[in-house]
Amino acid sequence: MEFFDGFWIQLVLKVAVGLLVILTGALVVIYAEVKIGGHMQTRIGPYYAGGRWGWAQPLADAAKFLQKEDLAPDGADRKVYGFAPYVVMMSALAVFAVIPMGPDLVGADLDVGVYFVLAISSISVLGVLMAGWSSGNKYSLIGGLRAAAQLIAYELPLVLAVVAVVIQASTMSLNGIVEAQNETLFTIGSFDVALPYIFRGQIVSFAIFMIAAVAELSRIPFDMPIAESELTMGYLTEYSGIRFTMFFLGEYASMIGLSAIAATMFLGGYSVPGLEGVSANLGGPIVLLLKVSVLVFVILWIRWTWPRLREDQLQHLAWRWLIPLALVNIAVIAVFKVAF
Amino acid sequence: MTSLDMIHRSEAAVSVELQTPDMTLNIGPQHPSTHGVLRLVAKVDGERIQDVEPVIGYMHRGYEKLSEVRTYAQITALVNRIDWVSGFANEVPFIIGLEKLMGVEAPERAQWIRVILSELARISSHLVFMASYPLELGGTTPLMFALREREYILELIEEVTGGRFHPNFNRVGGVKPAYGGGSTTKKQSMDLPQGFFQRTSDAMDRMDTILDQLSELATGNEIIKMRTVDVGVIPGDKALEYGLTGPNLRASGVGYDLRKADPYLTYDQVEFDVPVGRDGDCYDRYMMRFLEIRESSKIVRQAIDKIPSGPLQAKVPRVLKAPAGQVYSRAENPKGEFGYFIVSEGGKMPYRLKIRSTSFSNLTILPWVLQGQLIPDLVAIMGSLDFVLGDVDR
Repeated sequence: MEFFDGFWIQLVLKVAVGLLVILTGALVVIYAEVKIGGHMQTRIGPYYAGGRWGWAQPLADAAKFLQKEDLAPDGADRKVYGFAPYVVMMSALAVFAVIPMGPDLVGADLDVGVYFVLAISSISVLGVLMAGWSSGNKYSLIGGLRAAAQLIAYELPLVLAVVAVVIQASTMSLNGIVEAQNETLFTIGSFDVALPYIFRGQIVSFAIFMIAAVAELSRIPFDMPIAESELTMGYLTEYSGIRFTMFFLGEYASMIGLSAIAATMFLGGYSVPGLEGVSANLGGPIVLLLKVSVLVFVILWIRWTWPRLREDQLQHLAWRWLIPLALVNIAVIAVFKVAF
Repeated sequence: MTSLDMIHRSEAAVSVELQTPDMTLNIGPQHPSTHGVLRLVAKVDGERIQDVEPVIGYMHRGYEKLSEVRTYAQITALVNRIDWVSGFANEVPFIIGLEKLMGVEAPERAQWIRVILSELARISSHLVFMASYPLELGGTTPLMFALREREYILELIEEVTGGRFHPNFNRVGGVKPAYGGGSTTKKQSMDLPQGFFQRTSDAMDRMDTILDQLSELATGNEIIKMRTVDVGVIPGDKALEYGLTGPNLRASGVGYDLRKADPYLTYDQVEFDVPVGRDGDCYDRYMMRFLEIRESSKIVRQAIDKIPSGPLQAKVPRVLKAPAGQVYSRAENPKGEFGYFIVSEGGKMPYRLKIRSTSFSNLTILPWVLQGQLIPDLVAIMGSLDFVLGDVDR
C-alpha cells in the first residue's frame, strides 16, 4: 500500500471521493425535496423518470440543464458573471474538508476547524453578491444586495452559537468537539453514558445555529435573496444551463454541509456510544449520515410549511432576539464551565 | 480628475453625501406576482418605493365593443370571461339588467339557482385567493389545499352548467341546465342533476373542515401575520374615495354589501352576516375572504332548504329584442360591485354596453397605497387587493 501513502495521491483520492459523495448527496437531497414536498402538499411528486417513484428525476433535471444554452445578458460583466457560480460551489464543497466522519476519517483535522468552517461558508455570499452585481439586471442586483444584508443578520448569531460549543469543548477542532461529546459523563451499572451537547445544555445554541443556518442557506422562511414572488429569481434570474446547475447543487451541498456541522457540534457527530476503534471508522459515516438526514428533513419541512419573512424582519429577529439570547447563552455556558 | 476622485482624495470625504439616484424598476408585465399582465413602473430608492405607476391594457380584449355586434344571448358567453375565476357571477348582473329592460321575470326556482351558483362562484374565487396569497408571501403549501377544495366546487358548477370556468348558464328569464343533466327524458333533464343539493351541502360541510385546516396552516401563522398586519393600511374614507368595493372596502370598516344594501335575486330571503374589518390592512383583507366563505356556505345551505320546485324558464319571445331604453344593474361579485350599463335602441344587440368591472376600480388605489412601501410589501399589498387582470382590462 506504499502507493496510497503519497501526499498527492491521497489528496486526489480524497477530493475525488469527496466530490462524488457530496454531489450524489446533493442529488439525493434534491430528490427528497421534491418528493417530500410533494407528499406534504397532497401531491405525489415526480413519478415517471427512472421507472419507479421517479427516482431519476434529479438526474434527468441535471441532464436537461446541461443541454441548455449558457446565456449571459448583454449588460453583464462577463468575467464576474461566469466566475460567481464557482465561488458559491467552492465554498459549499470546502466545508466538507474538515467534517470528521470517523475518528480517522477526516479530510483535514484542523486545530481551528470551527473557524475554518465559519470562514469558508460565508464566502458563498461573496459569490451571490458577484452574481447579483454582474448580471446586469435590477432584480439580480436587489437579490445580491439582500443576500449581503442578510449576512449581517445571521452571521453573528451563527458565530455566537458556535462559541458556546467551543467554550464547552475547550477546543476548536471538530474532531476534538466530537471526542468531547463522546466522553463518559456518568455510568449506569456497567454502561457508560455519553451525551451529545444538545442534551448537555446546548439546546439554545442548537436552535440559534439552525435558524441562522437556514438564513445562510437562503431557504424559506429566509429566502429573500431569491424570493420568486418578488424578484422573480433574485440573483439567479439571469443564470441558465450549467451555471444555474452549479448554484443549485451548491445550495443543496451546503445544506448537507451545514447540517453535518450542526450534527457534529450538537448531536455527537459520527459517534454513538459503544462504537469504538475500527467499527467507529466504518459505522461513523453512516451514523453521521443519519443525523444529517434528520436535520436536512427539518430544513425541508420548514420550507414546505412557512411563508417568507421580510428582510427587515430578519434583522429584527437576529438583532433583537437571537444575538442577545446567544450572548446570555454564552454567559450561562461559561459560568457552568468554570463552576463545574 | 473626476469629481469622484476628488471626493476620495479630499479629507472631508466623510462629510460628503454620495448621490444615490433612484432606480426605475419595471415590474411586469411578465412577473410572477402581478396576476397576469399588469405592469408597474416603480421608482425605488433601495427597496423603498417612491412612486409607482400602474400600466394596464396588456390584456384588453375589447368586450364592450364586441358586445355591440353580438346578440344578447351571445353576450353572456363573453361576459363569463371578464373575471374568469368567478365566471358565473359575471353573468348575473348582466342578465338581471336585461330582464329588467325586457320586462321579464325569472321563475323563483331559477333565481334561487342563481343565488346558489353565485355563492359557489364566490367560494371558488375566494379559494383562489386563499391559495395564491400565501404563495405571494412565500408559503407554497396552502396553494394545494385551497385549490383541491376549489376543484370540488368547480365540479359542482360543471355538473349543473357543463362548464367549470365559463358556465354560460343564464338565459333571459331563467337558467338552462346542460343537456344530459338529470334524467334521459327531456322533460326531467330541464331540471338540476339528481342529487345535486345533497352533494352541494356535503361540499359545504367539507368547506368548514378545510377552512379550519387552512386557518391552522396560514391564517394563524405567525409569519403571515408579521407580513400582513399593519401593512398596506387603507382607511375607510380613502377606500371610498378610490371607489373600492367588495371585501377590500369592507376590510376598511365600511360594511357595504350590495346583497344587503340593494338586494337582488332572493338575497333578501336569506340570513347572513357581512364580515367587516377594522384596520384595513392586508390581514383584514385576507380575513374578509376567509370569513366570507363561511357566510357563503351558510347562504347555500339556506338556499337548498328554501328552493321551491317549479319551472326554470319564463316564457320569452323566440327572438330576443330589448326595447329602447337604458338600465344599470349591479351585483355583489366575489371581488366587489360589478355593474353593466346597457343602452338599447331596440333590436337584437345593445347599442352600448358599459362594464363597470370591479378589479379596475380596486386597482386604482395602487399608486396611493404603494407609496413609501417596501418591495416585499408591494407584493403583499397587490395580492391582498385580489384583482384579476382580465377584469381590469376587459
